[in-house]
Amino acid sequence: MYQWDFGILWSYRWLFLNGLGVTVGFTVVIVLLGLVFGLFGAFGSLSRFKAVRMLALTFIEAFRCTPILVQLIWFYYALPILAGVEMTPITASALALSLYGGSFYSEIIRGGIISIDKGQSEAGAALGMTPVQSMRRIVLPQAIKRMIPALMNQSIIQFKNTSLVSVLAVPDLVYQSQVAAHDSYRPLETYTAVAVAYAAILIPLTILVRRGEKRLAVGE
Amino acid sequence: MSDTSKIEIRSLRKSFGDNEVLKNINLEVPKGGVVALIGPSGSGKSTLLRCINLLVVPDGGSVRVGDTSFSFGDGARLPDVRTLATFRATTGMVFQHFNLFPHMTTLQNVMEGPVTVRRMAKADAEKLARAQLAKVGLAEKADQYPATLSGGQKQRVAIARALAMEPDVMLFDEATSALDPELVGEVLAVIQQLASEGMTMVIVTHEIAFAREVADRLIFMRDGVVVEEGPSRQVIDHPQEAATRAFLSHFHRAGALPPANATS
Repeated sequence: MYQWDFGILWSYRWLFLNGLGVTVGFTVVIVLLGLVFGLFGAFGSLSRFKAVRMLALTFIEAFRCTPILVQLIWFYYALPILAGVEMTPITASALALSLYGGSFYSEIIRGGIISIDKGQSEAGAALGMTPVQSMRRIVLPQAIKRMIPALMNQSIIQFKNTSLVSVLAVPDLVYQSQVAAHDSYRPLETYTAVAVAYAAILIPLTILVRRGEKRLAVGE
Repeated sequence: MSDTSKIEIRSLRKSFGDNEVLKNINLEVPKGGVVALIGPSGSGKSTLLRCINLLVVPDGGSVRVGDTSFSFGDGARLPDVRTLATFRATTGMVFQHFNLFPHMTTLQNVMEGPVTVRRMAKADAEKLARAQLAKVGLAEKADQYPATLSGGQKQRVAIARALAMEPDVMLFDEATSALDPELVGEVLAVIQQLASEGMTMVIVTHEIAFAREVADRLIFMRDGVVVEEGPSRQVIDHPQEAATRAFLSHFHRAGALPPANATS
């Protein structure tokens, strides 16, 4: 029978906290940057101009339909060779994860916008609003309410996806625990603690999302 | 170009794909005039109405409201979004399904046009909006959301929202078709009041009795053409065309049993 000894992890607490900080900070960056890419992707795919639509759809499908691990490796190893763009592991993984998340955010935002009844933008136009005004005042405020649960879910997935950046030696929680596991010869305790740490952050978040969903459903 | 007409439509054409919805339509509405458009569904009457404020952009012909006119067809450049928006701000439109903004209170719905489009100060816009709500008899509903209102109340708010832009012309697109029968009257009463105040209006409707009462002129459309046109009472009481008679026969005996045919 295996003898558990979680006490040994205490001496690595600063390493873990450091890694957790990188993971959380990284998530904030890729969620925000991903939302920016998502907005461009969504409005691009709804553009009046066919060329813009095609460009946006190409971006969305390229990142949505390839594995994120492949994208991470590709951004770090292939881009320097193909384009001569040298990137630090952090830049490469932030870019890859943001674009990957952005492709999913695009679809969520686009879906939210087109779910709003056409009569709403028509009523705005009939009042004399420009398309931009009716998007900002009429369509988006209603669409955002519908998007929020899906955007939150995608962000939760993004939080977990940051664990993949350890393959590029970005010192996140998973990378630091690899260090701790090698040093302490206690991989079981280490990775159990890591799993608990992810869950401890995400479970309260999912409860919040579920509450929000219910509240929004009542408002419909 | 007539000096007195508020709305003037010349040789208007519109197709959706292969389907020619409007074929060479001419229409003139004098200032203060009320025109009712009737006809079976698919006759093009709603499309014609939407061409007046360019929610639907015609393929050919010309549209003039007040001093602003547009030509369409070969060589004519489509108006840009800003020109279109400025033009639409001078015409009010009321839709079959109300299209109120569900995320705003009744008062905010009515203030939206003045604040966003006319750049009016919030306080002035609120005063204007409250006056318009009072006019349609809904002053006490100002702080409620549209979801809590009945269909008839929603449509009256929609009328107040359009009126808050102080338009020269009001367009009604089957404004009572989505209402329960007992709620139709309250909306028609508001429209009738507007008519008596001298508002220029074009009304697409299935309420034949109302059209006879309120409209000066009546236009019967079928398959994208104007079949018959004239003073509303004359057209309804003494239709000249067979197609008009056939269409009106569905309404004349509304509520009564169809005439008994010869026993057989």
